[in-house]
Amino acid sequence: MSQLKPKTRRTIVAYCFMAPALVILFFFAVIPVVGSIPLAFCDYSVLGQTMFIGFANFIRAFNDPEFKIAILNSVLFVLTVPPLQILSILLAIFVNKKIRGISIFRVLYYIPVVTSMVAVSIIWGFLFDSNGAINNLLMQWGWISQPLGFKDSPDSAMLCIMFITVWQGLGYYMMLYLAGIQSIPAELDEAALIDGASRFQAMVKVKIPLLKPYVWFCTLTSLISAVGVFDIVFVLTQGGPNDSTMVINYYSYYKAFNDYEFGYSAAIGLVLAVITSVFSIAVFLYGKKGGGMTYDG
Amino acid sequence: MTDNAAAAKGGAARHAKKTVLKILRYAVLTLIAAIFAGPFLWLLITSFRTGANLYDLNLLVGAYSLDNFVGVIKFMNIPQYIVNTLIITVGAIAIDVVFSSLCAYPLAMMKFPGKKAVFGILVALMIVPAAAGLVITYLTITYMHLLNTFMGCILPCSVGAFSIILLRQAYFGIPKELMDAAKIDGAGELKIWSRIMLPEIKPTVTTVIIFDFIGNWNQFLWPVIIMQDPQKYPLATALQYLNGMFNYKFGYIAAGTIISIIPVILVFLCFQKNYIEAVAGAVKG
Repeated sequence: MSQLKPKTRRTIVAYCFMAPALVILFFFAVIPVVGSIPLAFCDYSVLGQTMFIGFANFIRAFNDPEFKIAILNSVLFVLTVPPLQILSILLAIFVNKKIRGISIFRVLYYIPVVTSMVAVSIIWGFLFDSNGAINNLLMQWGWISQPLGFKDSPDSAMLCIMFITVWQGLGYYMMLYLAGIQSIPAELDEAALIDGASRFQAMVKVKIPLLKPYVWFCTLTSLISAVGVFDIVFVLTQGGPNDSTMVINYYSYYKAFNDYEFGYSAAIGLVLAVITSVFSIAVFLYGKKGGGMTYDG
Repeated sequence: MTDNAAAAKGGAARHAKKTVLKILRYAVLTLIAAIFAGPFLWLLITSFRTGANLYDLNLLVGAYSLDNFVGVIKFMNIPQYIVNTLIITVGAIAIDVVFSSLCAYPLAMMKFPGKKAVFGILVALMIVPAAAGLVITYLTITYMHLLNTFMGCILPCSVGAFSIILLRQAYFGIPKELMDAAKIDGAGELKIWSRIMLPEIKPTVTTVIIFDFIGNWNQFLWPVIIMQDPQKYPLATALQYLNGMFNYKFGYIAAGTIISIIPVILVFLCFQKNYIEAVAGAVKG
């Protein structure tokens, strides 16, 4: 290697350093995404032959009544969960006080974020059970005479999924907003108070506008994860009862690994990926434009 | 009444008002804590309850013992699942830490053609949703004959574009003189990296390890897809699987879930500062 020009040598060294990681990323990150594009235009099932079928998968999707239900449920979810997650700003403001033991409370609020979705669904599945603690409590207090169905009833299963998603995510967004609030110089707040603003005015007029990059980042992040909601549906309801919690991402999974219709599943996945990418690119471009943030995925 | 006494009285009133507000604040904080952490506490208590109707809200009914933990370890093969989880978690962390910190090094410290393109692809990979590629990843693993193996479980979840970008940022903080000094000593690139550069970015490596640990320990979906043999499931997947089968033995499931949660919560508690800084840093950049 000593005969090589230093520049060539440096290039070879650089690529040797990167090779192991790039090979793994190529197979398990690049190929899966790029490969699902042609797959979406094929009739690929485990048995039969793979055939190019053009837009047939997409046409089928938009005539598929179950897919329509999935879209409707996803839209409902996206319209409900991200707006509720904005409540985490209030939580962040509330825990942004230097009082004794406050960090313990912050950690407690964060515990659901680091816990596995399986554990979360086991806990809530049991609490929401027809014999479960919540029904028991409500009956003891005499608020209800019959146990509520919660996740087992088509009327309320989606509400349970939404509730658990908000419950699990609130701590995460609270931490982000808290970091944002603490990055605001205290003098600004004090200046507003000295000028005669009330605490509430100082919050609305000074703090919240300065939090804009955080609000933007958190809202888009929660939108992206709401569009792709999957884990909680998989572990708690599997899309049921009666498709009441069937969302787009779970439908795509279901078509692939229950019905083994890989091509059709890829077409649905592609539609979803395009929607998500639009949101993600918006976050990224905003960060580049000097919104003061980078996107971490 | 003198002015002084009036002022003192006003002070006392203000003080009392402050105390009431303080108590109120703690009451609300505790109430919120009950909503977020209460369900975990309830599960912990349930995992020690035996005999009584587990659904009974009166916590004084029934006996408390370790029976559920003994039972779940004996009858549900928990030690096997813990070993599986450890293999998957440690494997994924090792691959990610070594390969990602290798990969990030030239991206931060060297000049070479194609650098911008590689970095651009990494950023793009973070933007594209990973779930879109589940089917192709499954087919790739099948062609590699890694179906039903731990390697097949580990590889797709190991190296992450996020880790590489995080580590690249860390290398930027290393003083240039340090690298020049090492070059003058005539050390090889690999030696410079392992002896001088890697120790300098330890805090970020710790952050990557924590993120990988929490992510991989909690992983449940990918193992369901590629492990045909439930004996190879990690703890989270196994719990989901057992919960469907042993519905009537909730005490066991509760104990198993507690066992699965504790390591993650411990890691989080020990490294929360590190972890939260990294989460918040995602916005600040």
